[in-house]
Amino acid sequence: MATVDIREVRKAFGSTQILHGVSVGIEDGQFVVLVGPSGCGKSTLLRMLAGLENITGGEIAIGGRVVNNVAPKDRDIAMVFQNYALYPHMTVFQNMAFSMKLAGAPAAVMEREVGKAAKILGLEQLLHRYPRQLSGGQRQRVAMGRAIVRNPQVFLFDEPLSNLDAKLRVQMRSEIKELHQRLKVTTVYVTHDQIEAMTMADLIVVMNHGRIEQAGAPLELYDRPANLFVAGFIGSPAMNMLEGRIENGVFHGPGGVAWPLPPGAPASGDVIYGIRPEHLHLDPDGGLPATIHVVEPTGSETQTLMHVGGAPVIGAFRERISARPGEILRVSPDMSLIHLFDKGTGQRI
Amino acid sequence: MSVTAAEGWVRRSQDQSWLSKLLDWKPLLVVMCLLPAVGLLLVFLTYPLGLGIWLAFTDTTIGRSGVWVGLENFEYMMEDPIFWNAVFFSVFYTAVATVGKFGLGLWLALLLNNHLPFKSFLRAIILLPWIVPTVLTAIAFWWIYNPQFSIISWVFIELGLRDTNIDFINTAWPARWSLIGANIWRGIPFVAISLLAGLQTISPSLYEAALLDGSTGWQRFRYITFPMLLPILAIVMTFSIIFTFTDFQLVYAITRGGPVNATQLLATLAFQRGISGGQLGEGAAIAVAMLPFLIFATLFSYFALARRKWQQGEAND
Repeated sequence: MATVDIREVRKAFGSTQILHGVSVGIEDGQFVVLVGPSGCGKSTLLRMLAGLENITGGEIAIGGRVVNNVAPKDRDIAMVFQNYALYPHMTVFQNMAFSMKLAGAPAAVMEREVGKAAKILGLEQLLHRYPRQLSGGQRQRVAMGRAIVRNPQVFLFDEPLSNLDAKLRVQMRSEIKELHQRLKVTTVYVTHDQIEAMTMADLIVVMNHGRIEQAGAPLELYDRPANLFVAGFIGSPAMNMLEGRIENGVFHGPGGVAWPLPPGAPASGDVIYGIRPEHLHLDPDGGLPATIHVVEPTGSETQTLMHVGGAPVIGAFRERISARPGEILRVSPDMSLIHLFDKGTGQRI
Repeated sequence: MSVTAAEGWVRRSQDQSWLSKLLDWKPLLVVMCLLPAVGLLLVFLTYPLGLGIWLAFTDTTIGRSGVWVGLENFEYMMEDPIFWNAVFFSVFYTAVATVGKFGLGLWLALLLNNHLPFKSFLRAIILLPWIVPTVLTAIAFWWIYNPQFSIISWVFIELGLRDTNIDFINTAWPARWSLIGANIWRGIPFVAISLLAGLQTISPSLYEAALLDGSTGWQRFRYITFPMLLPILAIVMTFSIIFTFTDFQLVYAITRGGPVNATQLLATLAFQRGISGGQLGEGAAIAVAMLPFLIFATLFSYFALARRKWQQGEAND
């Protein structure tokens, strides 16, 4: 187990800058998720941690030791790849024991260590199968087993669940989290799925275009997104963003609709008004008029696409809605959960 | 008027003509589709092979159709030291050339699999020896090995390493090694390009995983590259063995089987006896004698190519 310090790390492929000075401090035993859209540099950062990509600038330290020039095998890390990278010509046992075999471990030690890891992951019955004979979830477990056997200081996961179907993904998500709680090894996990990030992480690092947009605990990011990008990225369905202007303490949204402002809002200026779908409520007595376009009941809630002042707004209501498209609902936002962003900079006000 | 016509319109069901019905009849279609392929195979493969085997049991010469003589040709062959010499050289030639081609070809493939400048240009150049017609290769080597004008001899003499020209093809063993050298030169591209294709199917993430597992370069070759290349290696090797064993052009063009039959392959000997010597029956018998070796090579490929257990997905034990 170890801390990981990423200090002002830069990466360039030729003249293309991928990472523009990224800094993250990871505590011992923390589960950190790097999340962001494709091409944001999160996988590159992970591969730099693993030593599969060299570091153009800055420093990476694992357990206090700077590893910029340390070979991958000497960094005391283990990685689970997106496509699992299981050796197809080796059985599950051989796959898991490969690192020990290379290190010249005696057969008895290999049996014991692989047995231990197989027991944790429920792979005992599969040790003599080849990867081809396993299901996606089983392969995923073998890949984790191979990492566990190494007994590393840091686990690295590169989008490990993206090849699984939706149901298995949810199951493996909790298995990985449970494993982390059990082994308490520092973990860095890369994903583009914000739900995975929210559910698994102690610390989420939201990245975009090679920069960190915001780092923090999952609910902190949800409650107080630092900018428009994080606000739009975290949460599903995504936050409604309404462009408009505050004049004399009143926000005029699209179509001139006056949305209520929370106390402490600036008195004037161009802003983006953000409200999450789940923070809109039905308010038959005084809300804003919203024309229904699409109603999507999911059972636990009803997602509704509406137009307010001509702009699309999504609401997620606890109530079941019997109204039909074209009819008018009256909705109002939860005053304490309104987010205001500067229109020019996109930063939270 | 037109409105009522449009309303009254019904899609007419068309009756098939007898011809179209016949052409829809599956057995006829099967026969028609198979005919060209089967015809070609019969005319150009089965008939010559059958004729060759039949000739081997006759005393046919050029210009005189022979009579059935049973195993006489084979009995004569068994006691012919030149035949046994050709068997020896065919096997030796195939074995040494295959080892050479695969050693160098694999090495070249591994080199080309790295990131090199002008990679595609280099790959194209590598293919050249294989594209050049064999006879051209043979003529080039005939000059390279020429007793008087050999460029190799010239270089050695100019460098002061030798006083006399090297005798490449006029003594038995140097001639054998020279031919093997020419065959290896010609065969490397096929092996290198095929193995390169195989190398490129190996996922780079396997090497990355092995790197994290703490492997050295040799261990990655030994435990990942080689086992994963084995299936394609077996295919390429089978083809290479068959082509080398049945080689004719290189030997015939460079040495004609000489000196004193030292470099006769079964194919060149069969040609010499059958066509040059006119003894078609005897030549055919020598050619037929190659069949057991080729069948063995084919069987080897059949078993070696059988999908390995790790390649199978279905059987869950």
